[in-house]
Amino acid sequence: MIKNVDAIVIGGGPAGLAAALSLKNNKIKKVLITERENSLGGILLQCIHNGFGLHRFKEELTGPEYAERYIEVLKNTNVEVLLNTCAIDIISIGTGKKIYLMSKSNGLIEVNAKAVILAMGCRERNRGNIAIPGSRPAGVMTAGLAQKLVNHYGYMPGKEIIILGSGDIGLIMARRMTWEGAKVKAVVELQPYPGGLNRNIVQCLDDYNIPLYLSHTITNIYGNERIRAVDVAPINEFREPLKENSFNITCDALLLSVGLIPENELSLNAGISLDKVTGGPLVDSNLMTNIAGIFACGNVLHVHDLVDWVSEEAENCGKSVSAYIKDTAVQKKGIPVKTENLVKYALPATLEQGKPGLISLRTIAPAENTTIIVVAGNSVLYKKTYKKIFPSEMQRIKIDKVPENTDVIHVFFE
Amino acid sequence: MKKSIICISCPLGCNLTVEYKNKVITSIVGNACSKGPKYARKEIFSPERVVTFTVKITGAKTPLLPVKTDCAISKEKMFDVIKEIFKIQVKAPVKRGSIICKNICKSGANLVATRTME
Repeated sequence: MIKNVDAIVIGGGPAGLAAALSLKNNKIKKVLITERENSLGGILLQCIHNGFGLHRFKEELTGPEYAERYIEVLKNTNVEVLLNTCAIDIISIGTGKKIYLMSKSNGLIEVNAKAVILAMGCRERNRGNIAIPGSRPAGVMTAGLAQKLVNHYGYMPGKEIIILGSGDIGLIMARRMTWEGAKVKAVVELQPYPGGLNRNIVQCLDDYNIPLYLSHTITNIYGNERIRAVDVAPINEFREPLKENSFNITCDALLLSVGLIPENELSLNAGISLDKVTGGPLVDSNLMTNIAGIFACGNVLHVHDLVDWVSEEAENCGKSVSAYIKDTAVQKKGIPVKTENLVKYALPATLEQGKPGLISLRTIAPAENTTIIVVAGNSVLYKKTYKKIFPSEMQRIKIDKVPENTDVIHVFFE
Repeated sequence: MKKSIICISCPLGCNLTVEYKNKVITSIVGNACSKGPKYARKEIFSPERVVTFTVKITGAKTPLLPVKTDCAISKEKMFDVIKEIFKIQVKAPVKRGSIICKNICKSGANLVATRTME
């Protein structure tokens, strides 16, 4: 099968949905979404808890509700959707792109597109990524996989659960497991502060007296066929486990909530350069990668903590792509954005002269009464003091106008 | 009585120190905005939470339908409501927002579907 479209969106999660709608709103005629699961919505569908959409819709929605708000609007457009279809390769031919898709019902599909939006999202770091010693029994899995098993299929990963990592997914799963009748015996966190939001510590752990071990890690996993226990040890300031103070906790499941990595195998094959810190493509202010015509948004670009900002970023991406397709994009010189002092990363990698800019950034460590400063030459583009700032909360900074005559933009904390 | 609580009204997560006597709050320290005292009063005297869960569904793409209580319910009633949810079984099609169980366990909240399943 051969298809010719203006733009193809790879992934039908929150980023892909918002990007496709934005393309339609910007009068792009032929838009195709390809999604490897059997329905649109992405990971939102398994996030049945509430807390989504506070910024976007000014109300607290569950994941499926947030997704359906977009899916319903999309149904009234002529965006074509291919489900159960996996993108396997992107090739640049002249200014156009050839994308190969594969599905059970259609076999190999060849798509010719003027532009590509990468919206594949991210995947979870697993046991291999963090190298926990011990045996290799069943019952050790990522928190998101456990969430899918419980919320989509009704399978419980275990009855006595330990969670490693206190990111929001881990905390939400601690409550979910408790509600389903399991006992969550501990949440173990390497950092001296929780990875997730304070409100999730309160409503997911404190409500059920689930102990949170900060500055602790898991040093051993026991069990032959099924996991039966783990060793938990405090760590010193060099992150070395203090084995003499370790203790053993029995369990039949270990859930890992130890971070997310943008899923960029497809991007790498296409020759796209990635940022070492975010794990996502290096993009300019139009969210275009180093390959003209290929754009990225959402968690494939950098991991977000709020879906509201994924949707917003995807909308901006759709706008840029439509300007690219209509050939109205007047690209001025990109000014590199440099980060210093406590800034983990700032995105995009470059901003455009004379245009407004939106910078997403994160801090390396928690800080109080700290000021985010953005400067270009002698002019201060942004300066604001924050009472508290956490690595788990992405900051978004709006720049009114990037100066015309400047070589570099510095972003730092003071 | 003196109690330390974290306000969960927004991501700031203020540490509130609340003093109260006979169901009357006498002082609140540490809040950054007016949501703090409101939250503290509720959290100390009648804490409430929204319950989000799944119920069994037949004739749909997946065997489970996600649901939620359409408003926060008393924390004390949470596990009674969950027990009731375990008993529920529905048939597709179900529309998002449709009521699965009215005034569940007399909690004052309806259990509603959060996904459309055809």
